[in-house]
Amino acid sequence: MNWLIEIGKAAALCVVVFTFIAISVMVMVYAERKLSAWMQARIGPRHVGPQGLLQLIADTVKLLQKENIVPRQADYLVFSTAPLIVAVAALLDYVVIPLGKVGDTVLIVRDINIGVLYFAAMASLTVIGILTGGWASNNKYSLLGGLRSAAQMVSYEIPLGLSIICVAMLASTLSTVGIVEAQRGRWFIFQAFPFGFFAFVVFIIASTAETNRVPFDLPEAESELIAGYQSEYTGMRFSLFQLGEYGELFGMSAMAVVMFLGGWSGPRPVPPLLWFFIKTYALVFVMIWVRWTYPRFRIDQLLNLSWKFLLPVGLVNILGIGAWLILLR
Amino acid sequence: MGKLAVFIILSCVTLIPAVIVVTSRNMVRAALSLVPTFLGVTGLYVTLDAEFVAGIQVLIYAGAITVLILFVIMLTEGGTGLRVRQMNAQTKLGALVAFGMAVVLIAFTTATRWPVKAGTMPRYNAAAVGNAFLTSYALVFEVTSLVLLVSLIGAIIIARREE
Repeated sequence: MNWLIEIGKAAALCVVVFTFIAISVMVMVYAERKLSAWMQARIGPRHVGPQGLLQLIADTVKLLQKENIVPRQADYLVFSTAPLIVAVAALLDYVVIPLGKVGDTVLIVRDINIGVLYFAAMASLTVIGILTGGWASNNKYSLLGGLRSAAQMVSYEIPLGLSIICVAMLASTLSTVGIVEAQRGRWFIFQAFPFGFFAFVVFIIASTAETNRVPFDLPEAESELIAGYQSEYTGMRFSLFQLGEYGELFGMSAMAVVMFLGGWSGPRPVPPLLWFFIKTYALVFVMIWVRWTYPRFRIDQLLNLSWKFLLPVGLVNILGIGAWLILLR
Repeated sequence: MGKLAVFIILSCVTLIPAVIVVTSRNMVRAALSLVPTFLGVTGLYVTLDAEFVAGIQVLIYAGAITVLILFVIMLTEGGTGLRVRQMNAQTKLGALVAFGMAVVLIAFTTATRWPVKAGTMPRYNAAAVGNAFLTSYALVFEVTSLVLLVSLIGAIIIARREE
């Protein structure tokens, strides 16, 4: 009977995590729209609710009511599975993210001993959804978007993994809770100066590319690919793609906080849970800020940045941190 | 009981898409079916307490190898949308050989007395894997990386020749 309880627990936690993602995605979409409006000297959503706060609920309801259109020549089965892969990959990311500490209990779905590796593995599944969604739409723009996304995400996974290795070396564990506890004295971004900081920068750049955001949003470049892999999707399926994308954005920021910025730790009067959200949303804000400030890369510049700059920097970082661990500690 | 149920479910998750991989007439669907197969194998690793290998399996096979295969199929002219026959005239002969092979393998594995010795699991197997690679299996590890390097150079040379 033990495993029945386990299955029940897993299902309940799934519902909790999915609700959490849906709500945080709504908050982020609202923040994105408001911030982009301020940066472009517009007002942004304003009419639904106070300061347009209910706009996102209205949008969600609207998307749920929309008709689901499937192009005639599309591969129906693959077309309808692709958004699910993206959303579920984002959902699985959240299993290892520790949100804070209440008393002695860490708020985490499951603290597994390969935490950060698991996170990288689940984040890498997103690309399958995007690639197949682009192919199944049977549209040249979608296919081009999907192929760009595959090239981009496969190449940026490597610098991402290299900076995760740096953190694993400093913490000498892969468990996310272990990593946060190893930063009790000093955050990893300040340790092994300047290598910890470089690892953080590499992680942030690579995670922006993994989430397909400007300046790395070639898979969905509006001006040339009319939103790329998403262009044939409507209604609920489109919103699942959006959910996956913003879910991944929050997941990546949360992971950067866990690995480099000390996770939930912070000065006393503010509770750990709040510290975690302050740090994560600060990083989300940086990502939004970057999105509305910089123009898009060209595809060759994008791949050169990954293979000719981030990859060597990541490797040198690993060497540097290894040397620092042996010589100075 | 629970463990057996998990094993049966994971076997189905691994084997049913594997059949689709070798029978589907649509190349992309065949390649895509590799994903659940790899994930099923990942589940089997987890039941064997090999979490590190399981994580690497998802990262490398499901997240990267499949993407590369799909990438190549989608870029190949006529690779998508084309109905490919995966069978040829020798289906019966092939089935016969496969069946014979299965009988021999099952007979051997059931007849052999496998030495069962209770070993101790390392508490943290990512570290154990790393230590093994850099101490007792260092030579194997280095030779493997050399093989990868050679195949990398080979790929570059083949790609360059077309210019």
